[in-house]
Amino acid sequence: MRKLLIWLPLALFLGFIALFSSGLFQPDDRIIHSRLVGQPLPAFTLPAAASDRPPLASSQLASGQPRLLNIFASWCVPCAAEAPQLDALKAAGVQIDAIAIRDARPDVDAFLKRNGNPYARIGLDARSEVQIALGSSGVPETFVIDGKGRIAYQHVGEIRADDVPMILDRLRAAQ
Amino acid sequence: MIAETGLAALWLAASLALLQLVLAFIGLKGSKPDLLAAVRPAAVAQGVLTAIAFALLITLFMRSDMSVLLVATNSHSAKPWLYKFAGTWGNHEGSMLLWVTVMGVAGAAVALFERALRRDTHMATLGGQAAISLGFYAFLLFSSNPFARIDPAPADGQGLNPLLQDPGLAFHPPTLYLGYVGLSVAFSFAIGALLTRQVDASFARAMRPWVLGAWVLLTLGITAGSYWAYYELGWGGWWFWDPVENASLMPWLAATALLHSVTVLATRDALRAWTVMLAVVAFSMSMVGTFLVRSGILTSVHAFAVDPTRGSFILGLLALYIGGALALFGWRIGAVREGAPFELVSRETMLVINNLLLTVILGLVLIGTLYPLMTEAFGHKVSVGAPYFDRIAGPIALALMIAMAAGPLVRWRRDQARVVGKRLLIPFGIALLLSSLVSALVWGRIGILPFLGLVIAGSVAVASLAPLWKRNLRRTPLFTYGMVIAHLGCAVSLGGMASDSAFTVEKLVAARPGDMIETAGWQLRFLQIQPLAGDNWTALQADMEVRRNGATVTIHPQSRFFASPPTSTSEAALLTRWDGQLYVVLGEEVEGGRWQLRIWWKPFVTLIWLGGIMIALGGALALLGRERRGWLMKWRARAAA
Repeated sequence: MRKLLIWLPLALFLGFIALFSSGLFQPDDRIIHSRLVGQPLPAFTLPAAASDRPPLASSQLASGQPRLLNIFASWCVPCAAEAPQLDALKAAGVQIDAIAIRDARPDVDAFLKRNGNPYARIGLDARSEVQIALGSSGVPETFVIDGKGRIAYQHVGEIRADDVPMILDRLRAAQ
Repeated sequence: MIAETGLAALWLAASLALLQLVLAFIGLKGSKPDLLAAVRPAAVAQGVLTAIAFALLITLFMRSDMSVLLVATNSHSAKPWLYKFAGTWGNHEGSMLLWVTVMGVAGAAVALFERALRRDTHMATLGGQAAISLGFYAFLLFSSNPFARIDPAPADGQGLNPLLQDPGLAFHPPTLYLGYVGLSVAFSFAIGALLTRQVDASFARAMRPWVLGAWVLLTLGITAGSYWAYYELGWGGWWFWDPVENASLMPWLAATALLHSVTVLATRDALRAWTVMLAVVAFSMSMVGTFLVRSGILTSVHAFAVDPTRGSFILGLLALYIGGALALFGWRIGAVREGAPFELVSRETMLVINNLLLTVILGLVLIGTLYPLMTEAFGHKVSVGAPYFDRIAGPIALALMIAMAAGPLVRWRRDQARVVGKRLLIPFGIALLLSSLVSALVWGRIGILPFLGLVIAGSVAVASLAPLWKRNLRRTPLFTYGMVIAHLGCAVSLGGMASDSAFTVEKLVAARPGDMIETAGWQLRFLQIQPLAGDNWTALQADMEVRRNGATVTIHPQSRFFASPPTSTSEAALLTRWDGQLYVVLGEEVEGGRWQLRIWWKPFVTLIWLGGIMIALGGALALLGRERRGWLMKWRARAAA
């Protein structure tokens, strides 16, 4: 027994070395893969965030057609930078819904007036609860939702001009 | 010329380390014991040479010699002198040079000042120290040469991470390194003792001051690092369970356990194998920490050098040294006799409990730190955050505090449970009183951990003073005072942590100049925002008038922009009062000329670091007390002769 105990530290340490070397030679992967991809959206019902758009519930996202769910906030600068790309996607016939995070209706109205309004429905997530349930850690983020209401892809950060074809491909693949 | 001299000094030091190792080996094993006479001079010369190399690198940074690659990539001529100076170790190569310098100087100190150790163990220890140093010399010279030139020399440097442009950086890493690498001495002592089969009380008495010294510095380094993160990162937190912080905490936990077990070995000649094991583990944790940080296999805000070659190099060193030491342990410790036995109710048992709890925390922190790596090996990505560590380590740390309070009240060797119970009556009475008081005041408003923290801090503070009870205070030895102060420091620090997490008031506002903000009894008037220029930065500064039923003070939180490299940092404004700190961070401008302001009132948060300083002070007093007793005994022996 004592004999075994004496060699235990060395055995443990060799295990660590094996672990370290496997970690060291694994290629770096800095892309964030959501664990929710392929999963149905968490159920939510949100009040309207803007004066001229209806509120949003998760059931409405299972519409038979793939669509985008954009997470934004009126106080978020990259969200304004993303607006032209969302307009371009809308012009390409994409349905876009949105959730405004930690926001207030007058602020959202002002933001949409300034940056354009590509959204069909906008829900207000005043305490980030739905955002957390979606596994989103910041704004902006965009989810591709397939026709059955499942998450097909999560885009972290703003959609840049050269991301637009990729997003369109993802939507087509989610058909 | 300076760079070349530095490199030459480094090569020479490395050769001396090799010589030191070979001399010690042949002297102890071979037929030429007189070779041992040269081991100590070699160690001293090696220490001097590393110090010279390090001084020369500092000179290069101070002169902004851009023909040296390291200076060009990490410094800038416009930088204030203190940061040029601190920039020497604010990068991978420089900090590794600091590492070997500390190791070399510590080896020299062991050669010069260690008198209590048996000669053959002393020589084996120096041989061990040389062997470890050699690997790090090789690492420095073959893969991280700090003195490499760049041709053509750039016109100016690329600056330094602005987060690191802070007076804290000038002191925090060197202190931490002194402690971190100082533990290499304990490691070498363990190797030496295993080689000469001298694991006994006199070995422990010789090792104890070195462990104490390293532990004091490590404690100071961690305390300073925690305060630096607190005010520089602007998140209002003081510990983030970041891999790099864990890398400094793990050696500290092991060293704290070692400190107590070495006392058991020195006083009672018990816990032999365990003490040797801890001495190996403590420095191993330093090396593992360095590997985790330097190899980039874990992502951290500190991530220094992401370079798989360097990572493999350090991994090789780890395998060689830790694996070698553990193998030596397994091979030799069987021959070490079991130490003296002790009763169940005794100081020894309390210290064993302390050791077990510390080791469990160490294991949990290690697992939490490595867990992302383990799951990644099986294709899953997770990160382990503060909630895990808080929830897992918190309760055990609280149990440890109770053991710490009770331990000094139990006698060595054998004690009676009934008598111990009597001695513990007062602290536990106070705990009862305190908990009813605290619960009456805040029940339901604070979490269970902060609540227990407050109660335990209060009772442990009282209990830690108990060893002085009914003693002649003038005749109480200095190291007893040291222990009392260090234990009291733990209670003070715990009190600060609990108070911070229980009572902190946070307020996030968007305010216009002219606005009045009220929070936690403070009134803040936001006067204006104005631009400001520093040595190598520009800033937006908020001027705010702050008052709390009394005189008005002005504070200036800043948002700083550094030109080289272009980065912005926030400089929090801190206002310290006896009962806490007001912490104000200036955020970004939002619409309509409003500015984000984050305001915290943190009651008694400063106790966290005050406690840390007390712990280190206690350690220093204990060290001084033990050494002084040694001097006195020597002096008396000489006087008697």
